[in-house]
Amino acid sequence: MSKNVNDSELRADENLEQAAETTESVLDDLVTTAPNPEGTRKSKQRNLARGNAIAGFLFVLPFIIGFLAFLAYPLFQSIRMSMSSVNVKSFTFTHIGIFNKNSNYYYIFFRDSKFIEKAVDELKRVALFVPGILVFSFFMAVLLNQEFKGRALVRSIYFLPVILAAGAFLGLESNNPLISNVKDMVKAENGAAAITKTLENILLSGETGNTFFQYVIDLVGRVYDIAMSSGIQIIVFLSGLQTIPPSMYEAAKMEGCTAWESFWKITFPLIGSMIMVNIVYTMVDFFTRTDSQLMDYISYVMTTEFDYGRVAAMSWAYFLVVGLFLALVFAIFSRRVYYYD
Amino acid sequence: MTNTEKRTTFWERNRKSGGYLLRKRIWAWTFSIARGILLFGLCFMIVQPLLQKVSVSFMTQNDLYDKSITSIPRHFSTQAFSSAWIVLEKWVAFGNSLWLSAAVGLLQVLSCTLVGYGFARYKFPGKKLLFGCVILMLIVPPSTIITPLYMNFRNFFGTGLNLSKTGIPYLIMCATCSGYKAGLYIYMMRQHFRNEPKELEEAAYVDGCGRLRTFFQILLPGAIPMMVSVFLFAFVWQWTDTVYSRVFYPTADWKLVANRLANSGVLYDGTQKQLYGNLYQTPLIFQNQVQAAATLLVLAPLLIIYVVAQKSFVESVSQSGIKG
Repeated sequence: MSKNVNDSELRADENLEQAAETTESVLDDLVTTAPNPEGTRKSKQRNLARGNAIAGFLFVLPFIIGFLAFLAYPLFQSIRMSMSSVNVKSFTFTHIGIFNKNSNYYYIFFRDSKFIEKAVDELKRVALFVPGILVFSFFMAVLLNQEFKGRALVRSIYFLPVILAAGAFLGLESNNPLISNVKDMVKAENGAAAITKTLENILLSGETGNTFFQYVIDLVGRVYDIAMSSGIQIIVFLSGLQTIPPSMYEAAKMEGCTAWESFWKITFPLIGSMIMVNIVYTMVDFFTRTDSQLMDYISYVMTTEFDYGRVAAMSWAYFLVVGLFLALVFAIFSRRVYYYD
Repeated sequence: MTNTEKRTTFWERNRKSGGYLLRKRIWAWTFSIARGILLFGLCFMIVQPLLQKVSVSFMTQNDLYDKSITSIPRHFSTQAFSSAWIVLEKWVAFGNSLWLSAAVGLLQVLSCTLVGYGFARYKFPGKKLLFGCVILMLIVPPSTIITPLYMNFRNFFGTGLNLSKTGIPYLIMCATCSGYKAGLYIYMMRQHFRNEPKELEEAAYVDGCGRLRTFFQILLPGAIPMMVSVFLFAFVWQWTDTVYSRVFYPTADWKLVANRLANSGVLYDGTQKQLYGNLYQTPLIFQNQVQAAATLLVLAPLLIIYVVAQKSFVESVSQSGIKG
């Protein structure tokens, strides 16, 4: 008898393992193992676990459907499109492949001079902006975390870009010559530009570190763009700063820690996970932006040349490079992040 | 009496500390002044384009050509706004955008709340893989899937239904968690439910509450602030979206504010051509003025929402940022 019980338990264990693999088997097990007279607390727990698994699936079901129908399937189709020539009118594909001279990939990498140029420009832009946005938003978060009069107003102005830097508004600013004309005029009259220009000349006249200075000067020149795309990042950093207990700083101060030291020894390590979140968010934000030159070029090819195969190939090549970059960043930073719990 | 005592004590204390107190005081003052200047400058930089648009769109057309007028118009006029109002199709575009954004926001909130709860509280096989799919959804650039999506909607998954010129496909996408930025909303909702205490549900289960009832009666009321902010984000981003709407709604049939705004210069030129004949070319400067006014008109509802619900915007992000 006891052997039997053991056997049935063993069987139940096996069943559980199988259940962990697919939903269908979960449903089967429910039918087969439910009437179990020896079933004590354990089998009840198992039933509960199964019920939970089914409930979990049901809750997530909308996403599964949406993912399969509107992301996985289109992705698969766009891979196929990128490997074939697409007839626009009937939407039929003729397979070409990847590694031959007629393929779309061959075309975009070796014949299309614009694609590589624009993709590299876009990657450069991301490489320029991501560190700039991180430093700027962290700096702003530290400032906005301090106590001063009118803090609420200042904060709400800094978070305004969350709304302003969206969709239709993004491209309008730079395209509007009226407003940029006024900007140039104001610049020329104030002489503010002249001061930074002189500073730039002095800094760049040095023998060493010119590329670094050039980089910083580029960033300073684009401080408006940086501020416009760091609304969310400031909020994330700010919330991170607010979770650091003030008692830590007090203890450090008692021990004779200067503000500089406590910044590097307390603030910086504890904000590490936020830095990670922000790096990934900023990169994704830039890569999926629709106002970039590359996206313009892609939609130009799509709407004027109707070469959908080439469009798909371009998006896929770009997406793979982006994915590679993200994975790289993730691999480098996720190990160094310190979690305080 | 006490005042003089205090005054003397500061200098005395300063002398006793060897000038440390004074130095500290001066340092604090300079720091806060520098911070004030910096913050003001950066705030001005963010707001300046908006202010510029306000001033430009209130100018008469003569003022635009007058180089001596930079910011304050000499002759006030609301001409630009009425032109922009015509370009934006009066109430039609606003109405369309309003119901579309509201519907999209609502569907996205409902579906993402369910899914977020499933991810936060239930263990089921393949959960990690599925959550990986959520992240994948976040990082896929829209341009990669938009053409196949368009094709699928022209011939709805082989059924021969052409839905490409109705709003239905996009609403279906939103209801199944694959609308614009849906991955982010799932993530936000999941983060919210993960932070709720588990005892809440356990108590409900012990009292004999079923899973659905627990979700709807116990957890949903607590999630309403987060749902509101997800709705607001979805609303704002749909209001200004031009990518999805351009594909799913051809501009000729569907008048949405974002699309009209993006082409406002050309559209204004079109209305002028109707008035003065096809040879008339609207000066670029007028087109830009109308564009500035149209931007303000489109932005106005969003600004109102932002001012009213700023807290909910900020708190939702900061909540989901924690333990990212």
